[in-house]
Amino acid sequence: MSQLKTTPLDGLHRSLGAKMVPFAGYEMPVQYSAGVLKEHLHTRSAAGLFDVSHMGQIEIRPRSGDLDDAKRALERLMPVSVLPLKTGRQRYGLFTNDQGGIMDDVMFADLGDRVFLVANASRKESDLEILRNGLTDCDVTVLERGLIALQGPKAEAALATLNPAVRDMKFMDIGEFEILGERCLVSRAGYTGEDGYEISVPAEATEALAKRLLELEDVQPIGLGARDSLRLEAGLCLYGNDIDETTTPVEAALEWAIQKPRRRGGEREGGFPGAEIILEQLEKGAARRRVGLRPEGRAPMREGVELAAAEGGEPIGKITSGGFGPTVGAPVAMGYVPTEHSAPDTQLYGLLRGRSVPVKVSTTPFVESGYKR
Amino acid sequence: MLKFTEDHEWVRVEGDEIVVGITEHAAEQLGDLVFVDLPEKDATVSKGDEIVTVESVKAASDITAPADGTITEVNSDLTDNPTLVNESPMEAGWIFKMKLESKDALDGLMDEAAYRDFIA
Repeated sequence: MSQLKTTPLDGLHRSLGAKMVPFAGYEMPVQYSAGVLKEHLHTRSAAGLFDVSHMGQIEIRPRSGDLDDAKRALERLMPVSVLPLKTGRQRYGLFTNDQGGIMDDVMFADLGDRVFLVANASRKESDLEILRNGLTDCDVTVLERGLIALQGPKAEAALATLNPAVRDMKFMDIGEFEILGERCLVSRAGYTGEDGYEISVPAEATEALAKRLLELEDVQPIGLGARDSLRLEAGLCLYGNDIDETTTPVEAALEWAIQKPRRRGGEREGGFPGAEIILEQLEKGAARRRVGLRPEGRAPMREGVELAAAEGGEPIGKITSGGFGPTVGAPVAMGYVPTEHSAPDTQLYGLLRGRSVPVKVSTTPFVESGYKR
Repeated sequence: MLKFTEDHEWVRVEGDEIVVGITEHAAEQLGDLVFVDLPEKDATVSKGDEIVTVESVKAASDITAPADGTITEVNSDLTDNPTLVNESPMEAGWIFKMKLESKDALDGLMDEAAYRDFIA
């Protein structure tokens, strides 16, 4: 087995009593001494600090010097509208394959002279291959920097103690700010359903920034365990569980990420991998669909639990992510079912330890989002 | 008399019954529990049967019957308040009581000193 990598916050995690686990090739904190439940609730009520330095930070620079060239090239890799994105704005994107499957879900931003892209840790290599093969007229570079997410209703007040200008940012804004004397790239985004920021910081300055934020009363360190329950309550997909190379954006209920200009009749229709399949599904629907699920009672239904349309019936679908939602105070899950069973409030049954347990299709998110629009 | 299993259960002998729960070490490893799937009262169980599932935010784990016997009581307080197991694993967080088939069924289990070595 290859050696696990560490992030710039490795020493800090250990000094904070984190339980470290291997994740996507990195040693990462799954929880600190407070535990997953308290870390989750703290993020929803105050502010949580997450080390997300394992994620890929990628810069794309057009050799022509005209950023539109890079954005046009990205549209050949994604079903997403990239060209009209304004400087200082970020957007959710998807790389697709020829079958319409999802190769990765990413955040990308227009920084004026370059596109900045944040990729899932487990998909970094695959994304780089896609980008280097697809963007032959661009320089694609991986940034070896730290990435800290600060999430929760008190995140704004916390980060504003270091630079008050971040208060003026809106959801999905991104820009450079001086923080503790370092040039940081700050976006008002995250993956918890809460308001908050992601701060890209030079590797050697990451620990000082994290320590400074953790000195604030409202800020606590949060591990991957709570990151997972937070994103699940927010109805957000985990790559590898809820979406992968075999699920299309339409099956995954991510149509909102495919803007009108890329759809049939749009001014920049198609022209991305799997376009025929995806555009057809956008008009006619797909055979299966990702849905939110609310199991009855308190028993969580986790990844792999099979779903039936009738009590004791044959499986028709499967849960891809599930657990207990600490803020909801009940189990929540998501999974794939045939589209005719995907309407909210449809009654299904989860096969749990030999029993048929009722579960209802639900809209997502399971908790109200706190984004600052 | 207090005994321990390799599955991190504690077993306390009370008259002709035993009370069973999970150890503080196990509760710490699991993290805050969100659900305890209790066995049926009067169920006949065999040693090693997975008769209880405890779920934390992170994961589900099974608890096995430490010996052959019959379930006499379950801790129904855990239905609404599963974190009792974390707060008081040896007292309020007990999980079930059972009547043993045979008195010497617990002979192979560890005493407290042996369990401490086991988890060290």
